[in-house]
Amino acid sequence: MNKVISQNIIRFIVLVLIQISILNHINFLGDINPYLYVLFIILFPLRNNRLVFLIIAFFLGLCIDMFSDTGGIHAGASVFLAYIRPLITKFSFGTLNEFYNVKFNNIDFIKRLTYIIIIIFIHHFMLFSLEYCSFTHIITILKHTLLSGLFTTILILLTTTIFSNNSK
Amino acid sequence: MQQILNFFLRNKATLLFLLLFGLSLTFTIQSHSFHKSQFIHSANFLSGGVYNTTNNISKYFDLIEENNKLQEENSNLRALVFNSSTLTNKSYIDSTSLNNKYRVTPAVLINNSYTKANNILLINKGTKDSLESDLGVISSKGIVGITRNLNSKFTTVISILNTTISISAKLKQSNHYGSIKWDTKNPRFVQLTEMPKNAQLKKGDTILTSGNSSIFPKNIPVGTISGFKLDAAENFYIINVELFNDMTSLDHVYVIKNQDKKLINQLINLKDE
Repeated sequence: MNKVISQNIIRFIVLVLIQISILNHINFLGDINPYLYVLFIILFPLRNNRLVFLIIAFFLGLCIDMFSDTGGIHAGASVFLAYIRPLITKFSFGTLNEFYNVKFNNIDFIKRLTYIIIIIFIHHFMLFSLEYCSFTHIITILKHTLLSGLFTTILILLTTTIFSNNSK
Repeated sequence: MQQILNFFLRNKATLLFLLLFGLSLTFTIQSHSFHKSQFIHSANFLSGGVYNTTNNISKYFDLIEENNKLQEENSNLRALVFNSSTLTNKSYIDSTSLNNKYRVTPAVLINNSYTKANNILLINKGTKDSLESDLGVISSKGIVGITRNLNSKFTTVISILNTTISISAKLKQSNHYGSIKWDTKNPRFVQLTEMPKNAQLKKGDTILTSGNSSIFPKNIPVGTISGFKLDAAENFYIINVELFNDMTSLDHVYVIKNQDKKLINQLINLKDE
């Protein structure tokens, strides 16, 4: 159990550092950045204390906000994501798996992909809606959600496949 | 009582979620308002330190470009020195030039951003270097933004690429002025709004700061007109201004402090009462 906790602490710090020092400055095609830190919420153990999960997600977002001067948009999007994650897991894995200690990499690829894509696009939509805060910018919000979402999805799939070999 | 307690216990996750979500909404709304200082910002010990370290590493990669810029500016300054020495070579000392109205503090940008709707920059000078909030920041080519939150060593700067900012600017030809806003679409262009309809506009005309506020001095270059159209009510022009500054690659900036600012503000506040 201690191994899981230390693993998550290290993942938290590494993802925040990578996000603020490298990924926030990529600006692909002008203004598209991936938000890899969502991986922390994706990989957080399925069996967890919901209150702890909400608080950790809030602080994860707040760390990113502090470094990128964005008020509270990352914190808001992360907390929202943490709150509705049980619904997403139920939808993409089915109800049974929630009670088993499943390993993330053992779930078959299609289910895993739907789970990742749903999480990323909900998060990005929340993020950009909070950033622009107006309905007149809805086209910009959707465009950013789509492009950044694709970028993040590719990056997260690469990261999970690269590190899955080590854990087996 | 028992039922209220039970209600709280059953819905504790939802209630915590609402609390945290409300908190982050407050932070977001706070960051959208120009005048309130932010609660969560990057001018603190931790993020300032981290950005300083990463900047120390990454600045080696564009040393050549930075050197060229500095050289260019040096040559401009040298030209200025030569010009002024011929002008002021007089037998008496002009007492007005002794009383410097503006104090310029050089600073280095350690975190740049230009892709968001509200961009905020971070520079490596703070209250230790006697900076305050609401000071103008320029680079060698033109305006950059206005200082906001400070601590002893770092300061956040609201970039002109920010929807909350509005800076007074005028045409070089005539003294018609309007205010600069940003429509978030392109970091190379800003919009000059509220320009009166009777102003004579031409593509390529230069836009300068107007000096109407105590933040920026008069005649700091902003950009050139790349296009203009009338607004919906057909009373004012909306001008698309191409910035002289490349906001995507900034490094050395200057913070300008107007020594008379306190007196001016006192006078303005007096008028309000």
